[in-house]
Amino acid sequence: MDAFTKLTGIAAPLPLANVDTDKIIPARFLKTIKRTGLGVHLFDTLRYDAEGKERGDFVLNQEPYRKAEILIAHENFGCGSSREHAPWALLDFGIRCVIAPDFADIFHTNTFKNGILPIKLSREICDQLMEDAKLGENARITVDLEAQMVVRPNGEKIPFEIDPFRKHLLLNGLDDIGQTLQHAPAIDRYEARQTPDKAWMPAIAV
Amino acid sequence: MKPRTLFDKVWDAHVVEQLPDGTCVLYIDRHLVHEVTSPQAFEGLRLAGRKVRRPDATIAVADHNIPTMGRAQGILEEDSRIQVDTLERNVAEFGVPYFPILSPQQGIVHIIGPEQGISLPGTTIVCGDSHTSTHGALGALAFGIGTSEVEHVLATQTLLQKPAKNMLVRVDGALPPGVTAKDIVLAIIGKIGTAGGTGHVIEYAGEAIRSLDMAGRMTVCNMSIEAGARAGMIAPDETTFAYVAGRPYAPKGAAWDQALAWWKSLPSDEGAHYDKTVVLNAADIVPMVTWGTNPEAVVPITGSVPNPADEADEGRRVQLARMVEYMGLSVGQKMTDLKIDVVFVGSCTNGRIEDIRAAAAVAKGRKVAPGVRAMIVPGSGIVRDLAEAEGIDKVLIEAGFEWREPGCSMCLGMNPDKLTPGQRCASTSNRNFEGRQGPGGRTHLVSPAMAAAAAIAGHLVDPRDFARPEFN
Ligand code: SF4
Repeated sequence: MDAFTKLTGIAAPLPLANVDTDKIIPARFLKTIKRTGLGVHLFDTLRYDAEGKERGDFVLNQEPYRKAEILIAHENFGCGSSREHAPWALLDFGIRCVIAPDFADIFHTNTFKNGILPIKLSREICDQLMEDAKLGENARITVDLEAQMVVRPNGEKIPFEIDPFRKHLLLNGLDDIGQTLQHAPAIDRYEARQTPDKAWMPAIAV
Repeated sequence: MKPRTLFDKVWDAHVVEQLPDGTCVLYIDRHLVHEVTSPQAFEGLRLAGRKVRRPDATIAVADHNIPTMGRAQGILEEDSRIQVDTLERNVAEFGVPYFPILSPQQGIVHIIGPEQGISLPGTTIVCGDSHTSTHGALGALAFGIGTSEVEHVLATQTLLQKPAKNMLVRVDGALPPGVTAKDIVLAIIGKIGTAGGTGHVIEYAGEAIRSLDMAGRMTVCNMSIEAGARAGMIAPDETTFAYVAGRPYAPKGAAWDQALAWWKSLPSDEGAHYDKTVVLNAADIVPMVTWGTNPEAVVPITGSVPNPADEADEGRRVQLARMVEYMGLSVGQKMTDLKIDVVFVGSCTNGRIEDIRAAAAVAKGRKVAPGVRAMIVPGSGIVRDLAEAEGIDKVLIEAGFEWREPGCSMCLGMNPDKLTPGQRCASTSNRNFEGRQGPGGRTHLVSPAMAAAAAIAGHLVDPRDFARPEFN
């Protein structure tokens, strides 16, 4: 996983609430055994018409948002299925940060695992950033993870909260499994401790 | 000791270690694996030279993109076939138990877990699929995870998690006749919204929940994720124990007694703290149907399409207007006036034998309306076999329903079972998002009884008008 430290880039405004994972990447594109290559299908039904031609009115089909690295959206972003194809598609397109008032839980977890930073800010601030984002090329937004700051094009700094453990992993590009394996002895002990809730559990074998 | 909830108890029993910031290494008892969200996880293990830590706590099955007809001839769609072949190669390489496609144990992952006794009360259960919340009906802590976490569980049998908050949803009083578990959960989502449970584990309680059979409880817990909750749970009781006893992978003999003692200690303590409580009166619940493109856009079948203009918030007004347009509706239109093209009975929400019996009870001696395509997709090979042994496949086929092989099917349209643009479907599945059942498709979420009644009537209809006392 790539580390996330500081990013200055174009932000795309997506003023929609309840953007579900079917919208981010429809099920028909999940038949892949790879993590890459999903960017062309990101927001497929919003982005393309029935003939597969780009819809000019969709933000990611417009300059300069084709090069967006930040996405600004409304409430409950990423609701629906657990498909990690959603963050994979965002990442493959080039999005490294999503800013919204709140996120669905599983999607929120999945973004971190892929080096994408989800930032929760109030609806009011998201609306201000949305206005900034509409200025396109002239308005680059900076996201500084170390300092936990979003910097608006006018220089105003907006602090954000983030779980310290997640921040640490993201700043250093650390893989969760490696972290957990440092606790392997504790896992061994847990398994050896035949607690009353465990001894009875049959093994699965077919 | 501080009074604890059902969730607290199961959580506490699975904490391997707590890190200074409160993140826990949480032990996972059961890991269910399917073909769509696992290939990249096994690939990750391979690249890192890691093994599956507990194959004996893992079960794999293909369900999402397999065909539900003529399966013995193999999978014709190439990318689907590659995904299933990849799963079969991975389970062989890593020694993971697997129910093959042509075995009777094969089925939708959330149907077969409880059916086989693999999902048990008091356990932690995960799967790379958001509807893992289904298994919470047994009193387990069961939740969906992404592919990176699938890899994490395969490698370590644990997850890094922070505890969720507790939410109580109580449905008081007895359920009126003709109202089902599906109607309860749609009513709950209509009340609390699609993000109403975010960050929480919902415990469902109250007389109406307690009186549900296990199939109904699974329907309710299944849709917890549609309310944004991390999981849904129901305290295990005699109904639960009777369901689990004797299943292939359930404990037996002395192990059963030991398990039972622990399971009986699980219900929430008197005075346990909930961060949120929501109460519904069962008497107020009627058969429900979604009209829009998320599960909170729901109305009683006796209702009509709402007017977006009545919505105060501008963002929501725009969203509702978009729903009306996408769904091809007009404001104020009665739900029962909506003609349907397709009926789908199946999915992990309503693909159990009880659901198929409910559809058959409505269909018996009646005919599917001309022009309607109605399909029944059992949730597993065992459900299908049982239905055939009871003869209800015949009842349904005679009425004009298609009787298919088990899988996810038209719930998400990854296999050939899809809606075509503009088609309107009464579906017993759980998501009505735009394009969920096929690009341009229009989904109305309903109970099995309403789905079957709609197939007969040719339009959405109150299933209570089709009730037949002799079946109840
Ligand atoms: S039936 Fe539908 S919701 Fe359930 S696991 Fe399959 S695709 Fe997911």
